[in-house]
Amino acid sequence: MKLKYFSAPYLVWMIVFILVPLLMIAYFAFTSDNGGFTMKYISDVGQYANIFVRSIWLALIATAICLVIAYPIAFILSRMDKHKQGTMLMIVMLPMWMNFLLRTYAWMTLLGNNGVINHILGMVGFGPVKLINTSGAVVLGMVYNYLPFMILPLYSVMEKIDKSLFEAASDLGCSSVSTLFRIVIPLSMPGITSGITMVFVPAISTFIISRMLGGGSNLLIGDLIEMQFLGNAYNPHLGAAISLVLMVIILVIMTVMNQFDPDEQVLM
Amino acid sequence: MENIISLKDIVVEFEDGEKILKNISLDIKDKEFVTFLGPSGCGKTTTLRIIAGFLEPTSGDVFFDGQRINGVPPHKRNVNTVFQRYALFPHLNVYENIAFGLRIKKVPEKEILNRVGEMLEMVNLMGFEKRSVNRLSGGQQQRVAIARALVNHPKVLLLDEPLGALDLKLRKEMQIELRRIQQELELTFIYVTHDQEEALTMSDSIVVMNNGYIQQIGSPTDIYNEPVNAFVADFIGESNIVSGSMPADCIVEFTGKRFKCVDKGFAQNESVDVVIRPEDVKIIPEEKAELTGIVESVVFKGVHYEMCVDSADSKWIIHSTKACPVGSVIGMTFDPDDIHIMKKTEDNT
Repeated sequence: MKLKYFSAPYLVWMIVFILVPLLMIAYFAFTSDNGGFTMKYISDVGQYANIFVRSIWLALIATAICLVIAYPIAFILSRMDKHKQGTMLMIVMLPMWMNFLLRTYAWMTLLGNNGVINHILGMVGFGPVKLINTSGAVVLGMVYNYLPFMILPLYSVMEKIDKSLFEAASDLGCSSVSTLFRIVIPLSMPGITSGITMVFVPAISTFIISRMLGGGSNLLIGDLIEMQFLGNAYNPHLGAAISLVLMVIILVIMTVMNQFDPDEQVLM
Repeated sequence: MENIISLKDIVVEFEDGEKILKNISLDIKDKEFVTFLGPSGCGKTTTLRIIAGFLEPTSGDVFFDGQRINGVPPHKRNVNTVFQRYALFPHLNVYENIAFGLRIKKVPEKEILNRVGEMLEMVNLMGFEKRSVNRLSGGQQQRVAIARALVNHPKVLLLDEPLGALDLKLRKEMQIELRRIQQELELTFIYVTHDQEEALTMSDSIVVMNNGYIQQIGSPTDIYNEPVNAFVADFIGESNIVSGSMPADCIVEFTGKRFKCVDKGFAQNESVDVVIRPEDVKIIPEEKAELTGIVESVVFKGVHYEMCVDSADSKWIIHSTKACPVGSVIGMTFDPDDIHIMKKTEDNT
């Protein structure tokens, strides 16, 4: 029973820094400047439906690419010698030690019209190709920045799968392909769902990546919200309303996701 | 009976040059219960993995039913394995675990239902179909593992220390159960264990291994009564092993005294290992004995007393139904046919 008292600081923390801000967002979203209740801002969000669709779409593509790239890496990593795993894991994590902005700036110089890639293409007689300020560049930025968040949960789940299960499957007649579908994927499902969550949620609300690599034509929800609070279009009520709608959308998507997780480890 | 599995000159060498198996040749007869017995690291599990196909030998040939099967992957071999830690699929229930192999082979659903039902009945797990395997006891998981392997009707079942994690009583029950299943289904069982009692209880024949070599192959009675070397004698049951020499046929000299024995054919004064079972040491009055010693300890073992006796240059373990007090001096003698003479072996090879 005494444990209950130890949890008190955390409870206070959660109230002050999570619950109260959430309530404030809700308050701003449903009130006008004079403090009266209004649905105006919530219904105004509808005007930006195209930005919502673009954000969800790009985040989904980035998440899918991350999953496809990360799954084999995580699997190979989890089957390596224990002492090699540590080194490989460090290499995977290494980019994360670098500042996020710096990494994205680096892509700007690589992808720019006079950037490194176009320069090399020019030398072999191609281009210049428009690489920067495209939605492709935004997806690339998302994949590059969020890939470790996909690899890590997959790796930690796969690493716990007993090697003898693969032998048992093979013993019972499974080829390596059917072992993948009957054993590896079902058992790594918790890793898949948490990896998707950890990539999709930051990807859908990012604004730095789209600003730096997407140019003006690839505005995402994150940019839109930022503009309402810090930009010329200053309107915190609309910003709060957009945030609220985004939260509901993420909540719905995550609930659907969790239906695929046998352990129902809610990671929202 | 014909051979179902033959190993010819199998060598397994790891990348670092460590030799796990050093030239193993072995024939396993159809419908036999064969046990690979030896201490840990002797190569018994490695041999089993070669038969299962999880490991390719560095050199040597594996034959199954007369066909060479080197390089054939495990899923194409007509053998199934019961793993040491069961290796049940945690995301599947009892029914689906047992049905796994049949589903891979695309057996019709109706037949799967019948065959899984049969297996559940055989291993006494009726009514557990929907149970998650994580919520089964060790003994029940073991039964599921056996059913999951046998449902595929393999010609040979490989068992890798399957009872190691069970408590003694359950282990004894499962030993009898496994033997019953093997005889009922008329299958070949290859069983790996380090427990000599288990091996003696269940097997038709025992392959004693040590250091990557086969030490002896024979029936449980042969192995127990006629061990070919000191290692086998020591590993199968307790033994007193002393060094001696053979001055003449049917005469052996050890601890400085000469005894009659029944072995012959050794070179004159060839040095040998003399093996005497603790239950074969006879206690006689001190004054009538060639060999005497002081009782160091007496432990009651239920059926008999186990006594440690310190003789001039050797220690003896004696099993006897009557105890001698600690500190008393006793005499020891042996019947000629209880003295087992073995050629000296180097490095147990």
